[in-house]
Amino acid sequence: MAFDSHQKREFKQVGTRPPRPDGIDKVTGRALYGADVSAPGMLTARILRSPHPHAKIVAIDTSEAAALPGVKGIVTGADFALPDDEFFADIAVNVMARDKALYDGHAVAAVAAISPAVAAEALKRIKVTYEVLPHVTDVDAAMRADAPVVQPGRAVETVPAGMGANVTHFCEFGHGDVADGFAKADLVVERSFRTAATHQGYIEPHACLASMTADGKADLWCCTQGQFNVRTICATLLGIEASQLRVSASEIGGGFGGKTTVFIEPVALALSRKTGKPVKLVMTRDEVFKATGPTVSTSIDVKIGMTKDGRITAGEAVLRYSGGAYPCGTVDMGAQAAFAAYDLAAVRTTGWNALTNRPKEAAYRAPGAPQAIYAVESVVDELCLALKLDPLDVRIRNAARKGTKSSYGPTFDDIGLLATLEAAKAHPHYTAPLKPGQARGLSCGFWFNFGGNTCVSLNVNTDGTVGVTEGNPDIGGSRASISLMAAEELGIEYDKVRTIIADTSSLGYNDVTDGSRVTFSVGLATIKAARDAIGKMCGRAAKIWGIDEDAVEWRDGAAHPAGPNAGQFPPMTLAEIAAVSFQTGGPIAGHHEVNVDGAGVSFGVHLVDLEVDSETGATKVLRYTVFQDAGRAVHPDYVEGQMQGGAVQGIGWALNEEYIYGRDGRLQNAGFLDYRVPVASDLPPIDTVILEIPNPGHPYGVRGVGETPIVPPLAAISNAVSRAIGVRMQELPMSPPRILKTIRAARA
Amino acid sequence: MSISVSTTVNGDAVDFICNPEESLLDALRGRLGLTGSKEGCGTGDCGACSVTLNGRLVCSCLVLAVEAEGAEIGTVEGLASADRLHPLQQAFLDHAALQCGVCTPGILVAAKALLEKNPDPSDEDVRYWLAGNLCRCTGYDKIVRAVQSAAAQMRSA
Amino acid sequence: MVKVLLWGSMRTHTEGRAEVEVEARTFKEVLDKLAEAYPGLRPQIERGVSMALDGRIYREAWFAPVGPDSEVVLMPYMTGG
Repeated sequence: MAFDSHQKREFKQVGTRPPRPDGIDKVTGRALYGADVSAPGMLTARILRSPHPHAKIVAIDTSEAAALPGVKGIVTGADFALPDDEFFADIAVNVMARDKALYDGHAVAAVAAISPAVAAEALKRIKVTYEVLPHVTDVDAAMRADAPVVQPGRAVETVPAGMGANVTHFCEFGHGDVADGFAKADLVVERSFRTAATHQGYIEPHACLASMTADGKADLWCCTQGQFNVRTICATLLGIEASQLRVSASEIGGGFGGKTTVFIEPVALALSRKTGKPVKLVMTRDEVFKATGPTVSTSIDVKIGMTKDGRITAGEAVLRYSGGAYPCGTVDMGAQAAFAAYDLAAVRTTGWNALTNRPKEAAYRAPGAPQAIYAVESVVDELCLALKLDPLDVRIRNAARKGTKSSYGPTFDDIGLLATLEAAKAHPHYTAPLKPGQARGLSCGFWFNFGGNTCVSLNVNTDGTVGVTEGNPDIGGSRASISLMAAEELGIEYDKVRTIIADTSSLGYNDVTDGSRVTFSVGLATIKAARDAIGKMCGRAAKIWGIDEDAVEWRDGAAHPAGPNAGQFPPMTLAEIAAVSFQTGGPIAGHHEVNVDGAGVSFGVHLVDLEVDSETGATKVLRYTVFQDAGRAVHPDYVEGQMQGGAVQGIGWALNEEYIYGRDGRLQNAGFLDYRVPVASDLPPIDTVILEIPNPGHPYGVRGVGETPIVPPLAAISNAVSRAIGVRMQELPMSPPRILKTIRAARA
Repeated sequence: MSISVSTTVNGDAVDFICNPEESLLDALRGRLGLTGSKEGCGTGDCGACSVTLNGRLVCSCLVLAVEAEGAEIGTVEGLASADRLHPLQQAFLDHAALQCGVCTPGILVAAKALLEKNPDPSDEDVRYWLAGNLCRCTGYDKIVRAVQSAAAQMRSA
Repeated sequence: MVKVLLWGSMRTHTEGRAEVEVEARTFKEVLDKLAEAYPGLRPQIERGVSMALDGRIYREAWFAPVGPDSEVVLMPYMTGG
């Protein structure tokens, strides 16, 4: 694929901050989210969930529930196909348990009834006979040979013989001789860390409306990060053809990775098939916490050697992740990302995944990376303190740069880490005086960023306006960015373009909105679709002028005769060409379909000032600045928004958020009261500094932005807290009781 | 058993029938089709269902529908007039104070209630007033700026 | 011949070698030749591998051309949030 070499062009629209096209709908309450639509004659569905973390399902008796007036249909695991492919089979079993309930909240049956009240009553009348089994929810405990076995026989071939039965995954990355590297160090620090599982915490619970007819035709409305992926999974689980299932993505009330898979959609479809009526299914918040996809929980060892003058000689990390009750490869990404910010001669990371009786992990912003980088950045900070070195200088000294052999293998091309670190060093925040009791922390962050399958149609309307049809749910303002890029390329005004997100029957396949891919990939496909349309418009102008098509060029929103014909005809604008399109050959449209590669990696640096109340253990964040290489910032408001939002999710992860399981294996805090996400009064302003180092893999230099900002806060906050209290914190979250315990242990 | 309720929503007299255990949020969304108010938790923790009940800011998921009898309810749908957005709505657009937008209706209703009580709040006032409204996308920074911008504009109007 | 850098846990199936050589002109040929020469790699290849070609990561592109001087690094297939 050819990329533009002229990224330094002057942009007219890209980089401006116009209003988003869905804005008025969203401030007036008109925007329709997952739970906001109804269908005539629809039924309401509810799901019965296991109260046990691990139990054999001996029998399910639905007869009493089925006899309740108003109950129209009940489904259990037996109503779903069990695909051969493990990826789909695991989703099928997670959506509805078969022989075993694998975690507290695992779905075991579902009811569709004429009202929510009848559905709720019916759930009480379903009799499930369980044989309760021993459970394990802690990753280290789960790895032991004597741990209760969550699922047998799930290890991949890379797992060495002799590991505990819950170990499903092993990976190793790195290069160089780490033993030799440690021998060259003046100081080697080795520490162990633990991070709790956290939830994406999107405010909108999963919701869908399914309608399926006896001949297998189905429509599904749902809040998702990827309607095409929902179609693939649901069609597979229900044994229907993709063409018969049309999935429409509602407006989405947050996802952050958590809506890249399915939980309730196949259930609603199965109930609709069974009852012959539309079925609406909306999760409660309790269900969202218990039975959707939190992050991995982790236990991590890190060892780093440094010379007195701050050169890192070797780094090693062992990551033990648990992605819940199903095999999970997220540790691969943690193990690759752990040392990505450093230029190292010797580095080795090994990763393990173990099954636990917890819900199946789903992606959450930069999955796997925040935990690993937290551990590494904590040890780097400890080395800086011990050797009395400036933590930014040390990172600059060791920073990965163009030509660095990365810790995960490839050699870096143009990357923005050094520029980002230098921007942090030059920023007034870094040298602002701290008051007694206050401390400053910092951390680097990294994410790979992805491209992926992308399909865009661009239609030129006869009135000179343009419709862009794309297939990625807009999770944070992407429609505005896509419209900006279309307007830029075509040379027309932003408000002449309207971008919409198509259902699965209206466009070719698009990967889910993930991996920070949308502005990058959909933007690229939109630019290429615009070029396709421009080619056609130049062709129409050539016909009108009676000159060769090659002798027409497009600039400033119009076709111009070029070469020997230059100046012979007045330019024709897009609107003028569009107005006569019926007479010159028919409607004009551009298309582009591609599996995009070339997403550039992204680095960020976060600076935080905070203070810790030594009586209560509470941490107050006082000042926060995010520095990030965003590539070309198409709509800076939403680039800043990603940086601020990601930072605050990371602050929550660092200070408060965690899945707390009791000894009984049940989740103890399945609500926003006890699973405490940051609220407005917890936080200071989040300042942002956008660096724009163009990505060579995109025509405008765009780089993914959304995931990297959640990575640095964990260590930045932990490093600041550790400096404030004078003790190295080694566990997340640093909730007040945990900080108090650390302070008291250190005093004792 | 069903109960008939007569109430006023955004200035319009409306009647609906509901079950005694039904929440005001369910009645607004289900009975009256006003789906602007959102259910994020159902337990009064997230504020996405914020409405005003006789001028007082409440979580409509914690109010029984029958309590609306004879009351005046204000929801996000009542903020804009036919031809003009409320200054808060306009400020939220101008300052990009929303990403996914699902918390936005509740935050707008809550912010309007704040500015009616306190037309010139400090940033801290805004942050504490909105502490019951969770936003997971923005980190609140642009929300606080938008509320302050609207407040300044409303003071000068 | 193309030099292909493997990640650590693949080496158990390549007699401990971190770098192997295969005759290939595209990403797909790299994968096919690897699976042929080292059958133990087949399950991982079927689960999904990405390829970093001169620093740029390709997730699925069969026909991405690979030259004899290209830096070819295999990576696990990745997903994001």
